[in-house]
Amino acid sequence: MKSWRWSTPVLYLLLIGYALVTIVPFAWALSASFKPLSEIAAGGVNLIPQAFTLANYQTIFTQEPLFSRWLLNSAIVALFVTLLNLLFNSMAGYALARLQFPGKTVWFLIILAALMIPGQITLLPKFLILKSLGWLNTYHGLILPTAINATFIFMMRQFFLNFPKELEEAAALDGLGRMETFFRVVLPLAKPALATQTIFVFMGAWNEFLLPLVIMADPAMFTLPLGLNAFKGQYISYWNYIMAASMIFTLPALAIYAFFNRYFIQGITFTGGK
Amino acid sequence: MTRAMQVKKSTQETLTSYGFMAPTIVIAGVFLILPIVSAIVLSFYKVQLLGELSFQFIGLRNFVRMLEDERVWIALRNTMSYVAVVVPTQTILALTLALILNSQLKGKQLFRVIFFLPTVTSSAVLTLIFMWIYNSNGLLNAGLSFFGLPTQNWLGDPAVALQGIMMMNIWSTAPLFMVIYLAALQDIPESLYEAAAIDGANRWEKLLHITLPFLQPVTFFVVVMGLIGAFQLFDQSYIFSAGTGGPNNSTLTIVLLIYQYAFRNLDMGYALALTLMLAVVLMTATLMQRLLFREQQLD
Repeated sequence: MKSWRWSTPVLYLLLIGYALVTIVPFAWALSASFKPLSEIAAGGVNLIPQAFTLANYQTIFTQEPLFSRWLLNSAIVALFVTLLNLLFNSMAGYALARLQFPGKTVWFLIILAALMIPGQITLLPKFLILKSLGWLNTYHGLILPTAINATFIFMMRQFFLNFPKELEEAAALDGLGRMETFFRVVLPLAKPALATQTIFVFMGAWNEFLLPLVIMADPAMFTLPLGLNAFKGQYISYWNYIMAASMIFTLPALAIYAFFNRYFIQGITFTGGK
Repeated sequence: MTRAMQVKKSTQETLTSYGFMAPTIVIAGVFLILPIVSAIVLSFYKVQLLGELSFQFIGLRNFVRMLEDERVWIALRNTMSYVAVVVPTQTILALTLALILNSQLKGKQLFRVIFFLPTVTSSAVLTLIFMWIYNSNGLLNAGLSFFGLPTQNWLGDPAVALQGIMMMNIWSTAPLFMVIYLAALQDIPESLYEAAAIDGANRWEKLLHITLPFLQPVTFFVVVMGLIGAFQLFDQSYIFSAGTGGPNNSTLTIVLLIYQYAFRNLDMGYALALTLMLAVVLMTATLMQRLLFREQQLD
């Protein structure tokens, strides 16, 4: 162990200070979600509600009939986007790492190029294509365009390049075909890489704002971030409701974060961001 | 193996491979390659969105129009002032936090988990939380008046509205870059510090002559990521201003401008031309980053 240094308490003070800066906005929002409107309007700075109430949470579900629908829409979209990405990215990554086929280099270069193309660039043409397909305001219209992800195809390729060949050879001797080997032998052993994908893809889909904003114009098809925005427009200055709705939306993402925390930090160093 | 068997085997492998690639090929074809091609083509057209889609070739007129469009320049100016404040601040903050967390302290895991909360929270929720804090009798103004500082109309005053977004985004993205710095700090060989210690270097000298030079490529990466983030800014401005970019265009960003032209003015061709300009900026930045990063790694 290192010896005691004068700087240690200073460093701890800085860390605690910044931890407070991080936590206070969340705590303040959580506190507002338990305060009645009168206490919000009075504008006090008490973190502990004087008249603690759960009514805000009840009210948003009863007063805003679409609120539970938005929650459901978000869940459906995030769930399917995650499942499809896990499947499709892993399949493509495996083919690019392990199989020999004409055109392989071309497809790999396309994936590498796609890594550099920001989503905003394809946004408007995507809207036009979905419009001509008649897929605006549908679940599949929002799910399918985001069902693959170049970053994670690339990550899965790197993962499968380092995967021990012996297992696949043994499976081949047992008479398993390529597809069977992939689904029954390889994929079950790829859990760490799949976990990293799960957390990033789920968070991305759950939190996405711009794409659903463009695709979903019908309020019944809003995902919750759009719903929250519409809700804010409607209940302006009803901060108790807005904060309660925000807290409900944040909870699932926090649960996933707490559960997959380890993979999250690893993933960031791989993807260099989101 | 006979030749016929070999041919059969490789044909089969090709078929299997394309089976594995099929979903990616179809989705990338329809929602990536087709959009890019149509973005380039349609930026030379006037696209009518109302009712039936209609197209009219107008050559370079969409691009010429940009130069005379006052709101394009406002959005660029807002982006520049955002970059000037946010990029250096969040980079220095991320580096400082990473350096502190990297020293031998107990409980650094816990701090890392806490610091990371904003990064996993949706931009919509963060924006709403900050609007609640910024509101005229909100927490920030209460704090300011407690310290005897002047309070501000954070949401309604064009002079400070963008600063509100800047503060929020520094707060929410610095932890992400902190993690990237932390990973890079792990890669610095301990032997360098030991050698420096033998030469009698103190901690400050080690930081200045070993750590910071070693982190230089990461710093470059973080700065370019910050730049790209600034040009992509949308959600916060949209929610803050209810889609207007107001008050008085003070929170107007490039992507918000593109959104407005496409979906408020229904002027898809012009919006696509703006998108192409944005693409050139973003891809130049990314390409520069990749090339310089590779050069650094080859050294």
